[in-house]
Amino acid sequence: MIAVQPPAEAPNPLSIPANAPEHCPGTESELAGKSDACNGCANQEICASNTPKGPDPSLPFITERMNSVKRKILVLSGKGGVGKSTFTAQLGWAFAADDRTQVGIMDVDICGPSIPTILGIANEQVHASSSGWSPVFVQDNFAVMSVGFMLPTSRDAVMWRGPKKNGLISQFLKDVDWGDLDYLVVDTPPGTSDEHLSIVQYLKESGIDGAVVITTPQEVAIQDVRREIDFCRKVGIRVLGLVENMSGFVCPGCKTESQIFKPSTGGAKQLAQDMGIELLGAVPLDPRIGKSADYGVSFLDEYPDSPATTAYLDIIDRIKEILGD
Amino acid sequence: MAHLDSPVARRLQSVKNIIIVLSGKGGVGKSSVSTQLALNLYASSPTAKVGILDVDLTGPSIPRMLGLDGHGVHQSSDGWVPVYADGSDARLACMSVGFLLKKKGDSVVWRGPKKNGMIRQFLSDVRWGDLDYLVIDTPPGTSDEHLSLLEHMAPVHSRLSAVIVTTPQAVALMDAMKCLSFTRAVNLPVLGLIENMSGYVCPCCGEVSNVFSTGGGAEMARKEGLRFLGSLPVDTELVTLLDAAQVETEEEGPEKDGRGIVQRYGSTSSATLFKGILEKILEER
Repeated sequence: MIAVQPPAEAPNPLSIPANAPEHCPGTESELAGKSDACNGCANQEICASNTPKGPDPSLPFITERMNSVKRKILVLSGKGGVGKSTFTAQLGWAFAADDRTQVGIMDVDICGPSIPTILGIANEQVHASSSGWSPVFVQDNFAVMSVGFMLPTSRDAVMWRGPKKNGLISQFLKDVDWGDLDYLVVDTPPGTSDEHLSIVQYLKESGIDGAVVITTPQEVAIQDVRREIDFCRKVGIRVLGLVENMSGFVCPGCKTESQIFKPSTGGAKQLAQDMGIELLGAVPLDPRIGKSADYGVSFLDEYPDSPATTAYLDIIDRIKEILGD
Repeated sequence: MAHLDSPVARRLQSVKNIIIVLSGKGGVGKSSVSTQLALNLYASSPTAKVGILDVDLTGPSIPRMLGLDGHGVHQSSDGWVPVYADGSDARLACMSVGFLLKKKGDSVVWRGPKKNGMIRQFLSDVRWGDLDYLVIDTPPGTSDEHLSLLEHMAPVHSRLSAVIVTTPQAVALMDAMKCLSFTRAVNLPVLGLIENMSGYVCPCCGEVSNVFSTGGGAEMARKEGLRFLGSLPVDTELVTLLDAAQVETEEEGPEKDGRGIVQRYGSTSSATLFKGILEKILEER
């Protein structure tokens, strides 16, 4: 027999009542009130009655915690590997370049957290204190939270279904001692699923200032990004703009620019036009970006002469402008 | 086992081998490797029947890559009829959530349980017919889709195997490592590791640049005792082919239903490289 999770979803730790039996599927589960474990539970009737569930009890706590955060920005993309985490990191570093600005990055990519490696803090751990979990600090004014800090080793896989991921995201918002932040940048996993719905839901009351959508030029990626923008519209998040990453590659040998991922359908420019959003800029592919991410150093500081640095900084300035900061 | 007679088991009875393409990280080329794997298996023998199932529900790319964008799925008395990428030969069947969407820009905003239901339906309701190989393309991560897949396919576990795709940089290797831990936890045999996007040849001067560093895949395979199946450089010809498959077939007129991609793929340099990879995969089986 293989060791997969049982057919029941993993229970959301937050939705299990104190008097529930050991194998309670969680009150949010489809099986609530119906699973074997429910027989004899005092709450079985309530669960099985399928009455609409009230708002998540953790919402007021999240709203309270988020009160001290001025700007909340999501970094999204339907497609994986287009540079969400890299862009998030650059955004963090650029904001944190000013000592007076307090910056936080929250990595909600539970199954593939890259932020700790990119920021060079992969071996750090999270500590619990009376005011909550303390995030890991890259600099005095730059706090980071990721599931990567909570795994025994970097090779451990997080095999969680949706409800458990949602539980952790709510804890990241509620229990992490972010302090007063000027910016909280949220790095997301690819797709439009549990993590995305949850973060939007949890932050609804406190308000999301906007989303930056990342894409690469080829249609296979653009397709997914089109869906992501559709998602933003559906859930009512303002799209601050679109960033085209990996657009063009300058050969270090002959300095000729070539397109690795050809914009066969007009690339981000066309997409921005079609969807009526702003194209914030295009960042060329520079092998040193990947290298900086692997070594966990700030690309912007290491290679200020690269055209990619200029592109990044222009985009970040534009984002600030749009936000009115 | 309890559910030996589940609808999924009954439907997959006529499938000889199931290969799952995994990677912890997104955008490393799972879909392009899946497509190439399917195309190569298809070309490996004139009678080989191959299916390709795309379980990336929120970001399906396979239809585009096979040039099948905009096709719809038909319902028959015996289940959903997959879309055939090779026209009337009907040896390359394809199924994806992309075929079920009304508009290409529509997003699929689903939480886990709904995704689980869709995957079950894909596995039990698609009329694959007799297949020699079923290639399954997965979304990034190790979450709902992956757990659901393995759970539903538990009765046919002996026919399952996996291929892991990674790119050479450390950030991707870390996720590939997680993915490997996942396969170990669920007892899924791994056929080997493919390193994608290792090196890019400048079309102007021919210099090879390691866009995402190099050699990481082989190193990881060695450390983990995995078979290293080979590395694939960035092939702009292939990128263009997979990206614009449909657009070009339209221009070429008489060819339809992406028939062109099967032949055109054969002439790319990646096809030659992938043949070597396929040989290793088939040896391993």
